[in-house]
Amino acid sequence: MAIEHIMDPALSRIPEGKLADKWTNYKAHQKLVNPANKRKLDIIVVGSGLAGGAAAATLGEMGFKVKCFCIQDSPRRAHSIAAQGGINAAKNYQNDGDSVYRLFYDTIKGGDYRAREANVYRLAEVSNNIIDQCVAQGVPFAREYGGTLANRSFGGAQVSRTFYAKGQTGQQLLLGAYSSLNRQIEKGNVTMYARREMLDVVLIKDKEGVERARGIICRNLVTGELERYSAHAVIVATGGYGNAYFLSTNAMSCNGGAAIQIYHKGAMFANPCYAQIHPTCIPVHGDIQSKLTLMSESLRNDGRIWVPKKLEDAKRLQRGEIRGHQIPEEDRDYYLERRYPAFGNLVPRDVASRAAKERCDKGYGVNGTGLAVFLDFSDAIKRLGKDVVADKYGNLFQMYQKITDDNPYETPMMIYPAIHYTMGGIWVDYELMTSVKGLFCAGEANFSDHGANRLGASALMQGLADGYFVLPYTLQNYLADQIQVPRFSTDLPEFKEAEDAIKAKIQKIMAVQGSRTVDSIHKELGHIMWEHVGMGRTKAGLEEGLKKLGEIRKTFWKEVYVPGEANTLNTELDKAIRLLDFIEIGELMARDALHREESCGGHFREEHQTEEGEAKRDDKNFMYVGCWKYMGEGKEPELYKEMLDYQEIKVQTRNYKS
Amino acid sequence: MGKESFLNVNVKVWRQRGPKEKGEFKTYRVEHVSTEMSFFEMMDTLNEQLINKHEEPIVFDHDCREGICGTCSLYINGRPHGIDDAITTCQLHMRKFKNEETITVEPWRSAGFPVIRDLMVDRSAFDKIQQAGGYTSINCGAAQDANAILISKVDADEAMDSASCIGCGACVAACKNGSAMLFVSAKVSQFALLPQGKVEAARRAKAMVARMDELGFGNCTNTRACEMECPKSVKISNIARLNREFIKAKLAD
Repeated sequence: MAIEHIMDPALSRIPEGKLADKWTNYKAHQKLVNPANKRKLDIIVVGSGLAGGAAAATLGEMGFKVKCFCIQDSPRRAHSIAAQGGINAAKNYQNDGDSVYRLFYDTIKGGDYRAREANVYRLAEVSNNIIDQCVAQGVPFAREYGGTLANRSFGGAQVSRTFYAKGQTGQQLLLGAYSSLNRQIEKGNVTMYARREMLDVVLIKDKEGVERARGIICRNLVTGELERYSAHAVIVATGGYGNAYFLSTNAMSCNGGAAIQIYHKGAMFANPCYAQIHPTCIPVHGDIQSKLTLMSESLRNDGRIWVPKKLEDAKRLQRGEIRGHQIPEEDRDYYLERRYPAFGNLVPRDVASRAAKERCDKGYGVNGTGLAVFLDFSDAIKRLGKDVVADKYGNLFQMYQKITDDNPYETPMMIYPAIHYTMGGIWVDYELMTSVKGLFCAGEANFSDHGANRLGASALMQGLADGYFVLPYTLQNYLADQIQVPRFSTDLPEFKEAEDAIKAKIQKIMAVQGSRTVDSIHKELGHIMWEHVGMGRTKAGLEEGLKKLGEIRKTFWKEVYVPGEANTLNTELDKAIRLLDFIEIGELMARDALHREESCGGHFREEHQTEEGEAKRDDKNFMYVGCWKYMGEGKEPELYKEMLDYQEIKVQTRNYKS
Repeated sequence: MGKESFLNVNVKVWRQRGPKEKGEFKTYRVEHVSTEMSFFEMMDTLNEQLINKHEEPIVFDHDCREGICGTCSLYINGRPHGIDDAITTCQLHMRKFKNEETITVEPWRSAGFPVIRDLMVDRSAFDKIQQAGGYTSINCGAAQDANAILISKVDADEAMDSASCIGCGACVAACKNGSAMLFVSAKVSQFALLPQGKVEAARRAKAMVARMDELGFGNCTNTRACEMECPKSVKISNIARLNREFIKAKLAD
């Protein structure tokens, strides 16, 4: 067992006062930086998605000098762009009883009571500002004929609070942030560095001997050169680590590298085992598959999920003898509607995913691999007509058809759960600062807000809340004490030391000259993760998984082969560096999952379930954020528990049945 | 799912070490390719073969692999994004090819998009055009309530269609003039259709067109190749609207 500590509650820096007043009080009393001083302060933002892009643009608007980095060829391509369904806000435009409190409550409950109250309340509070800001930018949200904004429903809520732009909401929000970013680039407040990958953060001691984040080392992905950049503060907004599983809905370049680098430099890694498995993805087709495609949760507004009632029907489907639409209505098991009458097909993602797995494990899967369930629109088409369905979901149907060659207007879609999002991430305090001074973490990369399970349409909300409405305030509070600090030279020994360490690591990777490709090892890692740290976890399985993860690290150092040179464009080297970090993340996930002897949200331990197969939490022993502190290479990390103190909300067992 | 079968294909690929170096086609054979595979999964298989033979893999841009990030940019058998309509390269599947077919794969070829290596090109010119005016000049925190601006559903939907451009550059690659008019017009149209964008419409149209011209993109001669090849079906009527906006702005000067 790991060495355990209880974290000092003061470290979370939650403002005094009533929950609903905390953020207002914070803003009223925080320190500010005057315009002349803002110009003298540099901020590095790593990542250009919703969190990073919005933060870089807004900090630029305020007058700070921002350097923004992304691994893609343009900030417009960050993976936030792929979010389909929508963004939540507590506007109550539908007059269906929504409020800031209800959005806050749904988010805490959806997260299975494992998120920090004060952060989540602030998130719900600023959600409305986000919609205002995006509309002002010209984001073309869907509208009603009267000209007002339209909404739809998402899982885990009984109100319609999700704003959307067809099935491309993430794209439109990202392009909104990108447009604001472009305006600041043109003005000279933001300098953009594309095709750069952060490989380390640089810490420098101040006069009092406190280490502060003052820069980063990047690899220029076109030239292969290592580059140094300095600043007064660093924001890491590099997304989640779902690609540890190799197959996920993440983009190919999504990685957990920056998170692992800052973890090595003292930032704690919180709740790594909380990974979201999204219930509606296109099923795996074969070994060579490179990624999984999500079908938006919004489809569950009108689509009904089912498998056959009779095992023999399932077998015939699996052999390809019949198709879904041939099974009569009375022989279909709409298992979500059956098990969860109050929320039906709109239960949260973790619940829907486990229910699909349960049916498939019992043999009711509907495709050749037995790992798929139906998502059926025939009722909706009958009720609303094909045109209305096409207007709402047309691009998703088209996407499905291009991939599977099946027409979802005629035959039900086949879907299966897949890794989609990571609720865990770098630990941050109320100000989104990590355990390293001057190092902030935002968006999916941090752990805050979603607890053990994220509700649909809340990732976009959190990314933009962090970027537009939280960091611009909290960064200022931090930098107010730094106005006397002159700009940093990248010739300082701390930069050289960090760069030398990366050079040595890259040389070591290049020197292995083994016989296996990076992808082949990554796929093996993915299999281990899915089998041992996947949807149903056990003590024995996790222990076995940890052993295998140790072996895969050895395999990497013995067998990996990276062709070409280090000091030039080398896509295999890029992947190899990321793979090493994924292995470490895999170990952290397994370790965290092993220690958390309960089931909550996306973390399901088979030992801990009710007789009906629902997740069974252990609030007495596990109502805390599990934060892992790096203790050095080859050493076990230590666990710091941030105890969760619910003052506003009554902690209950999650119930979506009645 | 469609019925799975297997193909052998010959992949004729453009290989080029760097922007200034001479490139050439090289042909590689890939066997036992499942028709259920995506085109990129076939390319992944080919790259695994190359690496296992200690050769350098073929470099190409790709990321989301679900048709939305706009990173992928291959010219396949003479068409940007290959032989299917309204898709990106990553949405192209091997069921579209025949057994023993030779598949020709090239990078976008345009003065505006220099080759970096093999099939990877530099599209930073697109960002520069957007920087010239592809935004509303609104600072964060200054916005009124979202429903204070009523917008007709028709206009909002049309703006959304224009805004669905993914910035991949297929329009430029398809155009014999290497024109970026469809790309520019999509952004100008989105804002011209919305009240939030109207305030700066004139300045935007002029600034974005000027930047496009500076960066070496060609002129539009209405061949409509861009519209044919656009993976998001962005319509050429956007170009008509851009021209209108541009002329309006110039007349007001």
